[in-house]
Amino acid sequence: MAVSTLTIDGREVSAHEEQTLLDVARENGINIPTLCHLDGVGDIGACRLCLVEIEGSPKLQAACVTKPVEGMVVHTDTERLRSYRRMIIEFLFAEGNHVCAVCVANGNCELQTMAINVGMDHERFDYLYPKRTVDITHQLFGLDHNRCIMCTRCVRVCDEIEGSHTLDLAGRGNKSHVITGMNQDWGDAESCTSCGKCVLSCPTGALFKKGSTVAEMKRDRTKLEFLVTAREKKQWRL
Amino acid sequence: MDLSELQAIADKEISSRKAIRVVCCQAAGCLSGEGKDLLAALKASAAKSGISADIQICGTGCMGLCSRGPLVRIEPSGEMFERVASADADKIIGALEGKPFDEKKSDTNQPFYTKQLKVVLANSGKIDPDRIEEYIAEDGYKALYQVLRESTPQQVIETITKSGLRGRGGAGYPTGLKWATVAKSSGKKYMICNGDEGDPGAFMDRSVLESDPHRVLEGMAIGAYAVGADQGFIYVRGEYPLAIKRLQTAIKQARFNGLLGTNIFDTNFNFRVDIRIGGGAFVCGEETALIASVEGKRGVPRPRPPYPAMSGLWGCPTLINNVETYASISTIIRKGSDWYSGIGTEKSKGTKVFTLAGKCENAGLIEVPMGTTLRTIVEEMGGGVPGGKVKAVQTGGPSGGCIPASLLDTPVDYDSLAKVGSIMGSGGMIVLDETDDCVDVARFFMEFCMDESCGKCVPCRVGTVQIYRLLSRIAEGQGTKKDLAKLRELCDMVKTTSLCGLGQSAPNPVISTLRYFEHEYTSRLIDKDSSNGSVPADLRNHQSTVLVKEASHGG
Repeated sequence: MAVSTLTIDGREVSAHEEQTLLDVARENGINIPTLCHLDGVGDIGACRLCLVEIEGSPKLQAACVTKPVEGMVVHTDTERLRSYRRMIIEFLFAEGNHVCAVCVANGNCELQTMAINVGMDHERFDYLYPKRTVDITHQLFGLDHNRCIMCTRCVRVCDEIEGSHTLDLAGRGNKSHVITGMNQDWGDAESCTSCGKCVLSCPTGALFKKGSTVAEMKRDRTKLEFLVTAREKKQWRL
Repeated sequence: MDLSELQAIADKEISSRKAIRVVCCQAAGCLSGEGKDLLAALKASAAKSGISADIQICGTGCMGLCSRGPLVRIEPSGEMFERVASADADKIIGALEGKPFDEKKSDTNQPFYTKQLKVVLANSGKIDPDRIEEYIAEDGYKALYQVLRESTPQQVIETITKSGLRGRGGAGYPTGLKWATVAKSSGKKYMICNGDEGDPGAFMDRSVLESDPHRVLEGMAIGAYAVGADQGFIYVRGEYPLAIKRLQTAIKQARFNGLLGTNIFDTNFNFRVDIRIGGGAFVCGEETALIASVEGKRGVPRPRPPYPAMSGLWGCPTLINNVETYASISTIIRKGSDWYSGIGTEKSKGTKVFTLAGKCENAGLIEVPMGTTLRTIVEEMGGGVPGGKVKAVQTGGPSGGCIPASLLDTPVDYDSLAKVGSIMGSGGMIVLDETDDCVDVARFFMEFCMDESCGKCVPCRVGTVQIYRLLSRIAEGQGTKKDLAKLRELCDMVKTTSLCGLGQSAPNPVISTLRYFEHEYTSRLIDKDSSNGSVPADLRNHQSTVLVKEASHGG
């Protein structure tokens, strides 16, 4: 196995040939932000957050799809990169309808965390307020397009790991969106195995388990009576 | 098939030609006039007049001066007629019998024709694209014979490298170098011809495919032999039905004559070509997106490296070149690399096909040596702006830029155009006059890129929308200094961080108009007279009302 030595942010590190720059950096505790990357599925270099500067290369390279080369000198955290990363996050917030306060992922959202990490304290670009739909036809899960950032992690997990390829993309530009089945309601998509890996892979609240969203909680008051009866009269059936 | 059989086809074709040949353009430009009816009318009048025994009337490809179509030419005299209607058929046939028809005569001594040097377009407007015999009569497939029977693949690559040919799709990568890279890889290899021409105002590839499809097939076959591929795909956009039809005919005829298929020219070289039709996405002109589309996947680009020369179609090494690049090959083989490299400038060799469009007298298709100045092309050949002045020339479509009239003496080659902030691109040239507004031009191209963005990477998907909104605000007189600063910042970001060429070049029309026509932006800013960039409070309110209004329409 060929091993190469390179410099990342002034530190000498060694890399195996099958690793990417992102792997090498993370292995050495150097944090490069990502959103479309998910360990275990193929990388596509789409979110552009992991762009790094490589000395001698005129173009920025996405660390998740760049192979380390002997003697490479990489900078992952320059002022220029920080400003681009902040803009990417601002773009994502402007593009969708992200309302943290009513989101299932609030506090556990990678987009939200990323905004804090890159120092985005306000939105400088026009909110686009797109009209997007919510699909809750599936028995167990829901898909809220308003919160989707098109990282396509779910599409890749469904295709590469589960092998059912229920999720895919349609449309182009800012009208591109995730579709289910043959562009039908998720509940009608027969290829879905309800494995739930898409929900686990989603960085935001776009994919969620039903019953966990705001205003979905229902109270079954008869349960109270049942419990009281069970304790006081030792009767376990109603 | 061997050389004598090829020659026999050529001889038979030449000997069967009548003394006088009347050719009528049947490419999309003239057909959109009444080219089809005109051809039928010419045939009918000839039959009626009783001289049909001595003349031959046939359809042909593009003659170039599309803005004055339908065009008719008489051979061997070379006399040309423009804006011919079906009703004029009798008069044209009359002209053959000595009754001059001067009203519609086209001046063939004008610079539009005399300044051209036709290599790729040598047969366009001359031969009938639906007949392989006519192509063979013009030395067609001789270059293929030559390489298969007399050269090694290395020699072919050497010839192409020495000729200095660079990719005609726009980026100008040295063709020989690309071929050598593919040739070096091992295993199954593929050839792809990129005919997904999508720049607004550009129609070079369409014209070549409609006028001389065999030239492209021959170039591909030579390339396949050089790199060791046996399967090729021509990717043509679905908006070019006539080009697709003519290619289908050409492939059928070439196979029938043993010029495609197995054991070509009795060698062990096999080459099959299939057509793939694009579904209307501009981004599929980007090579990795095109490859995904040929594979039957969603046409989105992927990061490079690996380049297609290493890992392309279905993971195999793939040679992908533009229509015009392949169309240049057979002539280079026949006439030699020294002849080709003798044309053009130091770093850009040969000729380039351009389409002149916009505000110019003569719009259409031209082929000129590299290094010809923009002034020669626009003012002499194009005849300048009718009743006005040239303000700028837009080259390279949505990936290119506007070159102001003051720089018209720039020679047209890859490096000079890059130096003035534009690109060669695939060859579209749009002439703008004093009435054209550069902010509007930038907005038009940005709208195009916004619609055509595939949506894969964030900077291009969202950035083009934000740039478009800022341009609209400025164009409508609602912009501020702050907006202009934001516009510059966005252009830099989208250019630097986008995944593929579409996004990386999308800001070019804005950047170049900001460079040469900044006053058109600043003069309409709402706070142009204030010394600082702050926005008055009442204006902020106004903007938010605009926003809310737009939001209620669903953004």
